[in-house]
Amino acid sequence: MLHGKTALVTGASRGIGKAIALELARQGAKVAVNFAGNEEKAQEVVDEISELGSEAIKIKANVSQEADVKQMIKEVVGQFGTLDILVNNAGITKDNLLMRMKEEEFDEVIDINLKGVFLCTKGVTRQMMKQKSGRIINIASVVGVSGNPGQANYVAAKAGVIGLTKSTAKELASRNILVNAVAPGFIGTDMTEKLTEEQKDGMLDMIPLSKLGRGEDVAKVVRFLASEDANYITGQTIHVDGGMVM
Amino acid sequence: MADTFERVKKIVIDRLDVEESKVTMEASFKDDLEADSLDVVELVMELEDEFDMEISDEEAEKIETVGDAVNYINSIQ
Repeated sequence: MLHGKTALVTGASRGIGKAIALELARQGAKVAVNFAGNEEKAQEVVDEISELGSEAIKIKANVSQEADVKQMIKEVVGQFGTLDILVNNAGITKDNLLMRMKEEEFDEVIDINLKGVFLCTKGVTRQMMKQKSGRIINIASVVGVSGNPGQANYVAAKAGVIGLTKSTAKELASRNILVNAVAPGFIGTDMTEKLTEEQKDGMLDMIPLSKLGRGEDVAKVVRFLASEDANYITGQTIHVDGGMVM
Repeated sequence: MADTFERVKKIVIDRLDVEESKVTMEASFKDDLEADSLDVVELVMELEDEFDMEISDEEAEKIETVGDAVNYINSIQ
Protein backbone atom coordinates (compact mmCIF):
# COMPACT_ATOMS: atom_id res chain seq x y z
CA MET A 1 0.00 0.00 0.00
CA LEU A 2 2.85 2.40 0.78
CA HIS A 3 5.72 0.77 -1.08
CA GLY A 4 8.30 3.29 -2.24
CA LYS A 5 6.98 5.91 0.19
CA THR A 6 9.00 7.52 2.94
CA ALA A 7 7.66 8.71 6.26
CA LEU A 8 8.78 10.69 9.27
CA VAL A 9 6.95 9.99 12.51
CA THR A 10 7.71 12.29 15.44
CA GLY A 11 7.66 10.87 18.95
CA ALA A 12 7.83 7.37 17.53
CA SER A 13 9.76 5.56 20.24
CA ARG A 14 6.64 4.47 22.12
CA GLY A 15 2.88 4.64 22.41
CA ILE A 16 0.76 5.73 19.47
CA GLY A 17 3.80 7.00 17.54
CA LYS A 18 5.43 3.59 17.70
CA ALA A 19 2.23 1.90 16.52
CA ILE A 20 2.08 4.34 13.60
CA ALA A 21 5.73 3.82 12.64
CA LEU A 22 5.24 0.03 12.63
CA GLU A 23 1.99 0.19 10.68
CA LEU A 24 3.48 2.42 7.96
CA ALA A 25 6.49 0.10 7.75
CA ARG A 26 4.19 -2.92 7.51
CA GLN A 27 2.67 -1.29 4.44
CA GLY A 28 6.11 -0.96 2.88
CA ALA A 29 7.10 2.60 3.79
CA LYS A 30 10.59 3.52 4.88
CA VAL A 31 10.29 5.20 8.25
CA ALA A 32 12.32 7.78 10.13
CA VAL A 33 11.72 7.26 13.84
CA ASN A 34 12.07 10.54 15.71
CA PHE A 35 12.64 10.53 19.45
CA ALA A 36 13.51 13.13 22.04
CA GLY A 37 14.93 11.18 24.97
CA ASN A 38 14.74 7.43 24.83
CA GLU A 39 17.26 6.26 22.25
CA GLU A 40 17.04 2.64 23.36
CA LYS A 41 13.29 2.51 22.75
CA ALA A 42 13.74 4.22 19.39
CA GLN A 43 16.33 1.62 18.41
CA GLU A 44 13.87 -1.13 19.33
CA VAL A 45 11.34 0.38 16.92
CA VAL A 46 14.01 0.58 14.20
CA ASP A 47 14.89 -3.07 14.81
CA GLU A 48 11.26 -4.14 14.69
CA ILE A 49 10.85 -2.34 11.38
CA SER A 50 13.91 -4.13 9.99
CA GLU A 51 12.34 -7.42 11.03
CA LEU A 52 9.23 -6.43 9.11
CA GLY A 53 11.47 -6.16 6.06
CA SER A 54 11.39 -2.40 5.69
CA GLU A 55 13.98 0.27 6.25
CA ALA A 56 14.18 2.64 9.22
CA ILE A 57 16.46 5.20 10.81
CA LYS A 58 16.24 6.87 14.19
CA ILE A 59 16.72 10.60 14.63
CA LYS A 60 16.98 12.50 17.89
CA ALA A 61 15.34 15.92 17.76
CA ASN A 62 13.32 18.18 20.00
CA VAL A 63 10.41 19.21 17.78
CA SER A 64 10.02 22.53 19.58
CA GLN A 65 13.50 23.64 18.46
CA GLU A 66 13.66 24.88 14.88
CA ALA A 67 17.36 24.03 14.45
CA ASP A 68 16.71 20.44 15.57
CA VAL A 69 13.77 20.13 13.21
CA LYS A 70 15.69 21.46 10.22
CA GLN A 71 18.55 19.08 10.89
CA MET A 72 16.15 16.16 11.28
CA ILE A 73 14.40 16.80 7.98
CA LYS A 74 17.73 17.24 6.23
CA GLU A 75 18.80 13.86 7.56
CA VAL A 76 15.60 12.14 6.46
CA VAL A 77 15.77 13.55 2.95
CA GLY A 78 19.50 12.80 2.84
CA GLN A 79 18.91 9.17 3.79
CA PHE A 80 15.71 8.42 1.92
CA GLY A 81 15.90 10.90 -0.97
CA THR A 82 12.24 11.90 -0.55
CA LEU A 83 9.77 12.63 2.20
CA ASP A 84 6.19 11.69 1.38
CA ILE A 85 4.49 11.39 4.74
CA LEU A 86 4.88 13.43 7.92
CA VAL A 87 3.10 12.27 11.04
CA ASN A 88 3.18 14.90 13.79
CA ASN A 89 2.69 12.74 16.80
CA ALA A 90 5.17 13.94 19.44
CA GLY A 91 3.37 15.16 22.51
CA ILE A 92 3.60 15.52 26.26
CA THR A 93 1.20 16.21 29.11
CA LYS A 94 1.66 18.40 32.18
CA ASP A 95 -1.78 18.11 33.74
CA ASN A 96 -2.89 20.49 36.43
CA LEU A 97 -5.91 22.51 37.38
CA LEU A 98 -5.87 25.86 35.68
CA MET A 99 -5.67 27.59 39.04
CA ARG A 100 -2.51 25.68 39.88
CA MET A 101 -0.97 25.46 36.42
CA LYS A 102 2.43 27.12 36.21
CA GLU A 103 3.35 29.24 33.26
CA GLU A 104 6.14 26.78 32.40
CA GLU A 105 3.69 23.89 32.38
CA PHE A 106 1.53 25.74 29.92
CA ASP A 107 4.42 26.84 27.73
CA GLU A 108 6.14 23.45 27.59
CA VAL A 109 3.02 21.67 26.41
CA ILE A 110 2.24 24.34 23.82
CA ASP A 111 5.85 24.29 22.61
CA ILE A 112 6.01 20.55 21.99
CA ASN A 113 2.40 19.78 21.09
CA LEU A 114 1.53 22.82 18.97
CA LYS A 115 4.66 24.70 17.98
CA GLY A 116 6.33 21.38 17.21
CA VAL A 117 3.63 20.62 14.65
CA PHE A 118 4.09 24.05 13.09
CA LEU A 119 7.87 23.69 12.86
CA CYS A 120 7.82 20.17 11.42
CA THR A 121 5.10 21.08 8.93
CA LYS A 122 6.99 24.17 7.83
CA GLY A 123 10.14 22.12 7.59
CA VAL A 124 8.75 19.44 5.26
CA THR A 125 6.71 21.76 3.08
CA ARG A 126 9.66 22.70 0.92
CA GLN A 127 10.44 19.09 0.08
CA MET A 128 6.79 18.19 -0.47
CA MET A 129 6.20 21.22 -2.70
CA LYS A 130 9.13 20.14 -4.83
CA GLN A 131 7.70 16.65 -5.05
CA LYS A 132 4.30 18.18 -5.78
CA SER A 133 2.74 15.73 -3.37
CA GLY A 134 2.72 14.92 0.30
CA ARG A 135 0.67 13.86 3.25
CA ILE A 136 0.75 15.50 6.64
CA ILE A 137 -1.12 13.79 9.42
CA ASN A 138 -1.39 15.50 12.77
CA ILE A 139 -2.24 13.58 15.89
CA ALA A 140 -4.64 15.77 17.82
CA SER A 141 -6.98 14.54 20.54
CA VAL A 142 -10.73 14.48 21.05
CA VAL A 143 -10.23 16.62 24.17
CA GLY A 144 -9.15 19.36 21.75
CA VAL A 145 -12.78 19.31 20.63
CA SER A 146 -14.57 18.53 23.89
CA GLY A 147 -12.32 20.15 26.51
CA ASN A 148 -11.12 18.34 29.62
CA PRO A 149 -10.69 19.60 33.18
CA GLY A 150 -7.08 19.54 34.36
CA GLN A 151 -5.71 19.75 30.84
CA ALA A 152 -6.09 23.39 29.84
CA ASN A 153 -2.62 23.43 28.29
CA TYR A 154 -2.97 20.12 26.47
CA VAL A 155 -6.47 20.90 25.23
CA ALA A 156 -5.44 24.36 24.02
CA ALA A 157 -2.54 22.80 22.12
CA LYS A 158 -4.67 20.06 20.57
CA ALA A 159 -7.45 22.47 19.58
CA GLY A 160 -4.65 24.55 18.06
CA VAL A 161 -3.44 21.54 16.09
CA ILE A 162 -6.91 21.07 14.62
CA GLY A 163 -6.98 24.72 13.50
CA LEU A 164 -3.45 24.49 12.16
CA THR A 165 -4.47 21.39 10.21
CA LYS A 166 -7.28 23.29 8.49
CA SER A 167 -5.17 26.32 7.62
CA THR A 168 -2.32 24.21 6.32
CA ALA A 169 -4.73 22.09 4.30
CA LYS A 170 -6.11 25.19 2.60
CA GLU A 171 -2.68 26.69 1.93
CA LEU A 172 -1.15 23.55 0.47
CA ALA A 173 -4.08 21.94 -1.35
CA SER A 174 -3.07 23.49 -4.66
CA ARG A 175 0.27 21.70 -4.37
CA ASN A 176 -1.32 18.32 -3.78
CA ILE A 177 -0.26 18.22 -0.16
CA LEU A 178 -3.08 16.82 1.94
CA VAL A 179 -3.25 17.65 5.62
CA ASN A 180 -5.51 15.90 8.09
CA ALA A 181 -5.74 15.28 11.79
CA VAL A 182 -6.54 12.15 13.73
CA ALA A 183 -8.05 12.73 17.14
CA PRO A 184 -7.62 9.73 19.41
CA GLY A 185 -9.81 9.31 22.43
CA PHE A 186 -8.78 7.17 25.34
CA ILE A 187 -5.94 4.99 24.07
CA GLY A 188 -4.00 2.67 26.36
CA THR A 189 -0.44 4.11 26.40
CA ASP A 190 2.16 5.35 28.88
CA MET A 191 0.42 8.71 28.77
CA THR A 192 -2.94 7.35 29.87
CA GLU A 193 -1.21 5.09 32.43
CA LYS A 194 -0.61 8.24 34.45
CA LEU A 195 -4.33 8.69 35.04
CA THR A 196 -5.84 7.51 38.31
CA GLU A 197 -8.23 4.54 38.44
CA GLU A 198 -11.00 6.97 39.22
CA GLN A 199 -10.23 9.06 36.14
CA LYS A 200 -10.07 5.91 33.99
CA ASP A 201 -13.42 4.62 35.21
CA GLY A 202 -14.92 8.03 34.63
CA MET A 203 -13.66 8.02 31.07
CA LEU A 204 -14.85 4.50 30.30
CA ASP A 205 -18.34 5.62 31.29
CA MET A 206 -18.18 8.24 28.55
CA ILE A 207 -17.17 5.82 25.80
CA PRO A 208 -20.11 4.22 23.96
CA LEU A 209 -17.90 1.28 22.93
CA SER A 210 -17.00 0.84 26.64
CA LYS A 211 -13.33 0.06 26.11
CA LEU A 212 -9.97 1.68 25.64
CA GLY A 213 -8.60 2.09 22.16
CA ARG A 214 -5.27 0.66 21.07
CA GLY A 215 -2.40 2.39 19.35
CA GLU A 216 -3.10 0.20 16.31
CA ASP A 217 -6.61 1.62 16.03
CA VAL A 218 -5.09 5.06 15.51
CA ALA A 219 -2.27 3.76 13.34
CA LYS A 220 -4.66 2.17 10.86
CA VAL A 221 -6.48 5.44 10.28
CA VAL A 222 -3.14 7.19 9.79
CA ARG A 223 -2.18 4.51 7.29
CA PHE A 224 -5.45 5.13 5.42
CA LEU A 225 -4.92 8.90 5.36
CA ALA A 226 -1.36 8.35 4.10
CA SER A 227 -2.54 6.09 1.28
CA GLU A 228 -3.90 6.70 -2.21
CA ASP A 229 -7.33 5.76 -0.89
CA ALA A 230 -7.53 9.13 0.87
CA ASN A 231 -6.84 11.24 -2.22
CA TYR A 232 -9.92 13.40 -1.78
CA ILE A 233 -9.71 14.08 1.95
CA THR A 234 -8.01 17.17 3.37
CA GLY A 235 -8.47 19.48 6.34
CA GLN A 236 -10.42 16.89 8.32
CA THR A 237 -10.16 15.67 11.86
CA ILE A 238 -11.08 12.01 12.24
CA HIS A 239 -12.02 10.84 15.70
CA VAL A 240 -10.77 7.44 16.79
CA ASP A 241 -12.42 7.32 20.16
CA GLY A 242 -15.06 4.61 20.42
CA GLY A 243 -17.72 7.27 19.99
CA MET A 244 -16.62 9.34 22.98
CA VAL A 245 -16.97 12.72 21.29
CA MET A 246 -19.52 13.17 18.52
CA MET B 1 24.45 40.58 -15.11
CA ALA B 2 22.54 39.38 -18.11
CA ASP B 3 23.35 35.81 -17.21
CA THR B 4 21.50 35.99 -13.88
CA PHE B 5 18.49 37.51 -15.59
CA GLU B 6 18.41 34.75 -18.19
CA ARG B 7 18.58 32.04 -15.53
CA VAL B 8 15.87 33.71 -13.44
CA LYS B 9 13.75 34.20 -16.52
CA LYS B 10 13.93 30.54 -17.46
CA ILE B 11 12.74 29.50 -14.00
CA VAL B 12 9.94 32.06 -14.04
CA ILE B 13 8.72 30.87 -17.43
CA ASP B 14 8.79 27.21 -16.34
CA ARG B 15 7.21 27.80 -12.98
CA LEU B 16 4.52 30.32 -13.84
CA ASP B 17 3.86 29.16 -17.37
CA VAL B 18 4.01 32.67 -18.83
CA GLU B 19 5.16 34.03 -22.19
CA GLU B 20 8.79 34.92 -22.46
CA SER B 21 8.05 38.49 -23.57
CA LYS B 22 6.23 39.19 -20.30
CA VAL B 23 9.25 38.41 -18.17
CA THR B 24 11.05 41.74 -17.95
CA MET B 25 13.12 43.19 -15.12
CA GLU B 26 10.16 45.41 -14.20
CA ALA B 27 7.54 42.67 -14.23
CA SER B 28 5.82 42.17 -10.87
CA PHE B 29 5.30 38.51 -10.00
CA LYS B 30 1.87 39.06 -8.56
CA ASP B 31 0.50 41.82 -10.78
CA ASP B 32 2.06 41.12 -14.17
CA LEU B 33 2.84 37.42 -14.01
CA GLU B 34 -0.25 36.33 -12.10
CA ALA B 35 1.63 34.49 -9.40
CA ASP B 36 -0.11 33.86 -6.08
CA SER B 37 1.82 34.12 -2.83
CA LEU B 38 2.57 30.40 -2.77
CA ASP B 39 3.96 30.62 -6.33
CA VAL B 40 6.37 33.30 -5.16
CA VAL B 41 7.50 31.13 -2.23
CA GLU B 42 8.10 28.25 -4.63
CA LEU B 43 9.92 30.49 -7.05
CA VAL B 44 12.25 31.68 -4.32
CA MET B 45 12.91 28.06 -3.37
CA GLU B 46 13.86 27.25 -6.94
CA LEU B 47 16.09 30.29 -7.17
CA GLU B 48 17.83 29.13 -4.01
CA ASP B 49 18.52 25.78 -5.65
CA GLU B 50 19.53 27.27 -8.98
CA PHE B 51 21.97 29.74 -7.44
CA ASP B 52 22.96 27.52 -4.52
CA MET B 53 22.16 30.14 -1.91
CA GLU B 54 19.80 30.75 0.95
CA ILE B 55 17.35 33.61 0.78
CA SER B 56 16.02 34.51 4.23
CA ASP B 57 12.30 34.97 4.75
CA GLU B 58 12.87 38.68 5.38
CA GLU B 59 14.68 39.11 2.07
CA ALA B 60 12.22 36.89 0.23
CA GLU B 61 9.36 39.12 1.31
CA LYS B 62 11.00 42.09 -0.39
CA ILE B 63 11.16 40.36 -3.74
CA GLU B 64 8.24 41.65 -5.77
CA THR B 65 9.57 41.95 -9.29
CA VAL B 66 11.85 39.88 -11.50
CA GLY B 67 14.39 42.70 -11.15
CA ASP B 68 14.25 42.48 -7.34
CA ALA B 69 15.21 38.82 -7.56
CA VAL B 70 17.98 39.40 -10.10
CA ASN B 71 19.44 42.32 -8.14
CA TYR B 72 19.30 40.44 -4.87
CA ILE B 73 21.08 37.42 -6.35
CA ASN B 74 23.73 39.64 -7.95
CA SER B 75 24.31 41.49 -4.69
CA ILE B 76 25.09 38.21 -2.93
CA GLN B 77 27.23 36.55 -5.55
